[in-house]
Parts: sequence; structure tokens; C-alpha cells
Amino acid sequence: MSALLDVRNLHTEFRTGAGLVRAVDGVSYTVDPGETVAIVGESGSGKSVGAMSILRLIPDPPGRITQGQILFAGRDLLGLSADEMRAVRGNEIGMVFQEPMTSLNPVLTIGRQITETLQQHRGADRATADRRAVELLSLVGIADPERRLRQYPHQLSGGMRQRIMIAVALTCEPRLIIADEPTTALDVTIQAQILELMTGLTRRLNVALIIITHNLGVVARYAGRVNVMYAGRLVESGSAAEVYHDPRHPYTLALLRSVPRLDRPRQARLDPVEGQPPDLTRLDGGCAFRPRCRFAVEACAASQPALEQAGAAGHLSACFRRDEIAATPVAA
Amino acid sequence: MSEARPLLEVRDLHMHFPISEGVLMRRQIGEVKAVDGIHFSVRRGETLGLVGESGCGKTTTGRCILQLEQPTSGTILYDGIDINTLSRREQLALRRRIQVIFQDPYSSLNPRMKVGDIIGEPIQVHGLAPDAARRIARVRELLSVCGLDPTFADRYPHEMSGGQRQRVGIARALALEPEFIVCDEAVSALDVSIQAQVINLLEDLRERFGLTYLFIAHDLSVVRHLCQRVAVMYLGRIVELADCDALFDDPLHPYTRALLAAVPVPDPTIEAGRAFQPVRGEVPSPINPPAGCVFHPRCTMAVESCRRSRPELRELRPGHWVACSEVN
Repeated sequence: MSALLDVRNLHTEFRTGAGLVRAVDGVSYTVDPGETVAIVGESGSGKSVGAMSILRLIPDPPGRITQGQILFAGRDLLGLSADEMRAVRGNEIGMVFQEPMTSLNPVLTIGRQITETLQQHRGADRATADRRAVELLSLVGIADPERRLRQYPHQLSGGMRQRIMIAVALTCEPRLIIADEPTTALDVTIQAQILELMTGLTRRLNVALIIITHNLGVVARYAGRVNVMYAGRLVESGSAAEVYHDPRHPYTLALLRSVPRLDRPRQARLDPVEGQPPDLTRLDGGCAFRPRCRFAVEACAASQPALEQAGAAGHLSACFRRDEIAATPVAA
Repeated sequence: MSEARPLLEVRDLHMHFPISEGVLMRRQIGEVKAVDGIHFSVRRGETLGLVGESGCGKTTTGRCILQLEQPTSGTILYDGIDINTLSRREQLALRRRIQVIFQDPYSSLNPRMKVGDIIGEPIQVHGLAPDAARRIARVRELLSVCGLDPTFADRYPHEMSGGQRQRVGIARALALEPEFIVCDEAVSALDVSIQAQVINLLEDLRERFGLTYLFIAHDLSVVRHLCQRVAVMYLGRIVELADCDALFDDPLHPYTRALLAAVPVPDPTIEAGRAFQPVRGEVPSPINPPAGCVFHPRCTMAVESCRRSRPELRELRPGHWVACSEVN
């Protein structure tokens, strides 16, 4: 089976007052048809910029995709014209963003925002588009869809708006949905509803899903594969089970050890990742995690470790000491 | 309640916000019952967690205790004194003893002030340092207590990371040597790798200065780690209050159970083996809350009587209070 999405050596830079920021610095990964892949990282790790690069939604200036290939169903998206790209966005690739209030247009009815997509991409007539909109709202679990279609975003709750976003993303039966922190702004009971809905629908409709999140629990519940990012680079990649039970990068290990967990006895004290997040304008040629790393050795200052196999097949880590880390327990 | 008098006691607190309509002729058309009759107390030296989803009234409760809101009715006793009967001078003195740490370290620090002035201002307002030199020395001491380099006093907030800013917010709260700190989502905005650092700092400070915290948060795993007792709020009311271990190991209220079940744990094997049914529906509007038990429209255990009568908090196990008529 060939990959649906194949990101190869992607580089995205921003020119800022403080200097050049390599927000995405040579990232490669694949997403298979129907697969759910999580991209995990903290603010500034490049996880959102990476996803926006796939859709070519990087504001230029100051941003620029400087290198790489983004093969989607065999076509390089970086080689498409602006018009061709517009036909991909919202049509072949759907998007769900974090803040449903700011990503829906406040002056258009819900119905208009769904039918617009259909008329634009599919050339559907008004009646067909209206019928499909009702169908879509029912699909995402909204009761009384006819009435909701005539309402405006501010008349709906946060959870409801996110359901609308998912409906919009599904409108043209895309093959891939990119969800950037889709539930971060939502309460925990609503978060659970939305995630169940998204994963249920993508499984049923065989849509691939990229979930970008910082929540390690969400990843564990919903993702098949996990990509961990730090300072613009992929530092670990593998199946969720491997990455969580046998992490091979010190950053992943430290993250997993630092969170308080409901499934374990209460700890006397948390074991935090020491130090501060990296300043992306001041990275050197070495490993960016080195200043905070308990495993750092001299070699880590000299060059950046490449993403290489660690442990099971398909499990990759960008650390010189990836084999030694296997001996460290995940529980603090 | 045991022997010692609690440091803070909240009795039948109500905070209703009016909703008005009309431009020239303003008239009240309803009210939001943000807090609708809650009781709890915080013992000296303990951390009480106040959890719930947005709109449940947890932040409003904190603001009433901080005297940032004038409650509609009810009593807040701090160290035995009703805080709403105080004169302005007495109020000012009380503010020294009760401080706050806010959620967002970006909007809660004045971007035009240097860190040293942000922390030094309360010291100056309350006349705690006789001269500038002493004040600066105190600011530097507070910075290092909070794990920051004393030279940060000369920086502006924008020169610091989120975690460092939150440490500045904590140093500012400590500047007046308070006894009681309201932590309102104090670690929620921080990155995962920084959150644990700040949680550890809060614990160290509690021990070192004998602080008492009201820890308002929505992240249940953080609350479990930090708190001795926990109160769960839903739509302006407390639905369950218990010792931390009792609440997490043996939750009794259906809402608490639903809330705990909704939290995914970072372990794919556990998650794969869990039959998971998210709680249905959404939080109803606090303008027009459901009659009877406010949770009944979403509750799997609800029976006919839940639609009519509002259950009061009952002590079902020693120290374990639950507002549900269907659990025993």
C-alpha cells in the first residue's frame, strides 16, 4: 500500500526581527490511507507550521517553504499553482482548527458555510447542497439540523461549533483531514465527544487523520502512530504503543515521566523536564534538546542526530543514545 | 468539621449576574446564576481543589473570595471574620493575607513594567520596605525563591518564556507574605514540560511558607497530584466534595464519574482496553438551569424525582459529601 501523504525533508522558515526561525527543519513522515497519525509537541515545536505547510497556508512573507516535497496521492503539492492548490484545500484535504469561533465566519449562517464549499468545489446546485448540508449535520450528531443551518456561529456552543467544523471538513469527502488542536479549547466531557466523533467518522469513511496536539492522553486514546516534534524536528516516531511503552528519545521519555497521571498512584513529587524551551533563533549545529537532556554527551554538541531505527521496525529516534534509553523506566 | 477553625469558610454563597436588555431603557430580563448556593471550607495548610468545566462557577467563587466580586448573598469567613463587613482599611489589610495567581502569564503581567517593578509594586503599595534598596533586595530574594535568576528584575515580560513569566506571577503573589493563595488555573496555560516545574514550585512554596491554596483547575490529574481535598462544581453548585484519594478512587456522583472517565490517560494499552462512552449532551445554560438536579438531563442514573427536587450535599462517608439522591 502506498502512502496517501508523503512529506519529504520539509523545511519552513520565518524571517523575524530576532532572526531566521527554522520552524520546520527537515521533517519527513508518511500517512497511510485511513490512518490516524498524531503529531505531538509543545508550543514552538513546529507541529502547526508543519501542518499549515501541507496546505500551503504559510503567510509569505514572513514565512517560506524553502525545501522538500509534499506528495499527496502521488502529486507534489509544492509544485501546484495557486488555483490547483485551492482545489485541494477543503476538497481533497479537510481542516479542523483549534478555535471554532474564529475559524467559522461569524456573518454567514452555518448552512451557507457548508453549501459554499459544495457549490465551490463540486458545482452543486442550491437544493442539492442544502440536502447534503442537512445530511452532514446529522452525521456529526447535531439534532434538528434544519434549524441549525439557519443559525449563526455565535448562537452555538463551543462543542457544537466544533461539530460544524468537522461537518465542513467532511463536506467534499476528503481523503485526509488535518485537525490542529481540535479539542484544546473545549471542556473535557465535550473533548471526549468530539474526539469519539472524529475518530469514529474517519474510520467509517476511511479518511486519514492527522491530529496535532500537546495532550499525551488524547494521543494514547486515538492515534495509531505518533510523531514527536521538538524545535522543528521530528525526534521520535512509531506506533503509539512503542512510543509510550518503550520511548527511545530522551525528550519523549522526559515528557511521559513529567505528567501527573490518573492511572498511577499519586507520586510524592513530579519529575519535570528541566530548563526552558529552546530559542529557535539561537540553535546551533548540535541536538536542540541537549541543554535539557539527562543523556547528553559530547557528540550531541557536534552534530544533529538523524532519525534512525530504534527497537521495533518502524520505530525511529533521533538520538545518539537511543539504545541506552531503552533501559530507562517510563514510570518515575 | 474537625477541631480547628478553618482558615476560610464559604457559607451559602450566591453570585448572580444580571442580564439586561435595551439601550435607553435598561431593564433586567434575567440573571446568570454563576454560583448558586455553595458551602465549603479550607483548612489551614491544605490545598483544596475546585474543579469543573467552563461556566461551572469555580472562577467566580475565587473572585468572591478575593473581593473582586460582591456576592449576591452568603457569607465568606476568613479566619473567622466576615470579609464583607470590613472597612476599607481592614479590607486592604486582608488583601495582604490573600493573594492570587492567574492563569495566563501573558495577560496578567503589565508588558510596560520591568519584572522588578511588577514584583516590587505590592511591596511599595503596602509599605513593606522602608526604602528602594530594601525593596530591590526583597525582589531579588523573591525571584530566586521562585527559581529565577535575580538579574531578571531588569527584564520585561516579553523577554521571558511562559514558564518564567508564571514564576514572576508567583513571586508577585508571594511579595506580601500571604497565608492564602487562590491559584486560578495557574498551570493550565503552560507547556507540558514546564507544567511539572511550576507544580513542584507551588508545592515547595506551600511547605516552606506554610501556605494554604485554593486550587481552581479543570485538569483532574494536576488536581489529584496537588490537592488534599477536592470539590467538584457543576453549573454553580458543588456536586461532590471529598478527600482527594476518596474522590479519585471512589467517585460517587455520576458527574464526577463521567468527568473522570472522560480524561484519557497517556497509555495506549489502557486506552485500547477501555470501553468508553462519553457523557451525552452539553452543559445547560446557567441563565435557565434545569429544575431539580442540574445534572439530570445528562445523567444515566436519573429517575423521575431528579427532575423535581434539587439534591442537597449529604455526607455519605466520613468527609465525603455528595449531592445526589440516587447514590448511597
